[in-house]
Amino acid sequence: MSLLAKSTTHIWIPLFISAGVLFSPSLYAFKVGLVLDKGGKDDKSFNSAAYQGATKAQKELGIEFKYVEAMDSNAIENLHRSFARKDFDLIIGIGFAQAEAVRKIAKQFPDKKFAIVDGEVKATNVRSLLFEEHEGSFLVGALAALKTHGNKVGFIGGMDIPLIRRFEMGYKAGAEKINPKEKLISNFIGVTGDAWNNPAKAKELALAQYNAGVDVIFVAAGASGSGVFDAAEEKKKFAIGVDSNQNWIKPGFILTSMLKRVDIAVYDTIKESKENHFRSGVFRFGLKDEGIDYAVDQYNEKLITPEMKNKVEALKSQIIKGQIQVPDYYKRSKK
Amino acid sequence: MIRSLIGLFVGLAISLSIVAFAGENPFSVFMILIRSAFGSPYDLGLALFYTTSLIFTGLSVSLAFQAGLFNIGAEGQLTVAALAAAATGVLLPEVPSPWAPLLATTLGISAGALWGFIPGWLKSRRGSHEVIVTMMMNFIAAALASYVVLDLIKNPESQNPESKILGPGYLLKDYDFVQKFFVDSPANLSLILALALSVLIYFFLYKTIWGYELRASGQNEVASEMAGISSKRWKTLAMTIAGALAGFVCVNEILGSSGRYKIGFSPEYGFVGIAVALLARSHPLGVIASAFLFGALQKGASDLDIETATITKDFARIIQAILIFSVAGATLIDFSWIRQKCFFWKKKGVTDANFE
Repeated sequence: MSLLAKSTTHIWIPLFISAGVLFSPSLYAFKVGLVLDKGGKDDKSFNSAAYQGATKAQKELGIEFKYVEAMDSNAIENLHRSFARKDFDLIIGIGFAQAEAVRKIAKQFPDKKFAIVDGEVKATNVRSLLFEEHEGSFLVGALAALKTHGNKVGFIGGMDIPLIRRFEMGYKAGAEKINPKEKLISNFIGVTGDAWNNPAKAKELALAQYNAGVDVIFVAAGASGSGVFDAAEEKKKFAIGVDSNQNWIKPGFILTSMLKRVDIAVYDTIKESKENHFRSGVFRFGLKDEGIDYAVDQYNEKLITPEMKNKVEALKSQIIKGQIQVPDYYKRSKK
Repeated sequence: MIRSLIGLFVGLAISLSIVAFAGENPFSVFMILIRSAFGSPYDLGLALFYTTSLIFTGLSVSLAFQAGLFNIGAEGQLTVAALAAAATGVLLPEVPSPWAPLLATTLGISAGALWGFIPGWLKSRRGSHEVIVTMMMNFIAAALASYVVLDLIKNPESQNPESKILGPGYLLKDYDFVQKFFVDSPANLSLILALALSVLIYFFLYKTIWGYELRASGQNEVASEMAGISSKRWKTLAMTIAGALAGFVCVNEILGSSGRYKIGFSPEYGFVGIAVALLARSHPLGVIASAFLFGALQKGASDLDIETATITKDFARIIQAILIFSVAGATLIDFSWIRQKCFFWKKKGVTDANFE
């Protein structure tokens, strides 16, 4: 008997080791690949939000997570394909520019799961995450109108595309809701992807707007936004951040940030997929489910009076109840 | 040739030792790069797709170098060429298949040639420096492309900044036997075109009188004028041909793969083309090898990003830079100096002249 026990221990040791290898988290962890848009994870805005969502999932859910940034438009497809071939379980594309690549790769790898933010891809293994940006823009528009002394509010968009026009239109409607005489001064940084990453041009545009009598500017331009914040500090005026909570970047000069909770959408998608509850289809996030919101924290609470806050909160609940219809650029342009 | 290879290996060794500093295993990084280029038909296809465009721009820069000109404008030349090809395809979608790609290619390379002719002509007529002029022409080309693509032929169904899709007759798909080898990758027929052009340019430069005149005017303007070669004419012509060569990128990008003009489609082919030409020492056949090296690096950059923890896409740029330095260095170092100082060589009675 003892002889048998002795000999079995020799068998058991390698077995334990191999079992340890087989079930170690690094080999069997749920693998998530994140493909970021131009601007990159440090844009403190759109991509940062996605990155934070995934990092949070990595900490809390013990997934394996890898992010990449696309170098050129041919590389986007290559990155998605590489992730799929390397057996990543879930691949998330950030930004409308990746819709086409996701559509193509999802078709070729039907057993892999995909998600796309800001793009609509109809396939059984793709989850499209869309946001009702116009609703949040409406609220920060109202805040801008409440804050401004004159009757001009400013908007600076990144790339001139329908998505950003949607921000602009909601913002204008919100400002006009508070003061019908409110005039919108609007500029776009560019027409190409570089517009997301051009703080110098953003600053120039912002300075020009501030000099023209605008005192609040809403900027929806990814990494370019930092230029507008610099200009706000220089001119002692206000700016409104976008996507992530950007209030901390220049405390006292950033009135609020319109939150687009890409982080939550990304986190939830990862969580559901990891728990095998992945659902495909189009998911829309708005004020209702706090996928869209505006930020009040220790950095900007002095800038927003209780009066302003009450008014905006009232508008918010009216939108959620459907009493206010915020004009939507997407629906308008289809007519 | 041997010096270039030595430089290449030294460069690779330096790059890989930097990799070790970043905390990665140099050998595995090297294997990732190899696999990224040869791992599967798709991988090779994408690397060859980049290579194709880089051969065109590399040839363009090389030819200008041979004529003593520095063509920084390949990026602008390929932009207007792609623009012309795409605009033709969008505005005349009905042209039937065999003629359509020919028409678009002809118009594309003519546009590229025009974009090269202007700085060439200004250089020989007015003495304007081609570096300045081509650089400014790059900006004009970029602005022109965004105006035409986004205001005149924009794709209304996409938020991406791109043109409408070309007429079906324009795409090379029907004739494309190259694509069949590299399924799903954007590699296409223009690879053959690129290889053929390299050989053609080689014969032109080294086996014809015109090529001789072009090189002579590049090496010594005064001497070639004395010998009855119009170096002014050759400078203009060289830039024009260079522009046309860069313009061939439109076949690879527009007709061969995407079928539309996407703003920002070029990962700076024009500028990487300068590196390609430097590495090839402006030899048209060397361009093929050096373009493949840079194409594989371009492809490998994103794979390095995915497969390693610390190395990002920017690292591929560092490798590119190190390679250029080491190859240019290896070809420029004056070895005779070392030999002169070295007692061993002197003893043997070897003089400088023997090494030239």
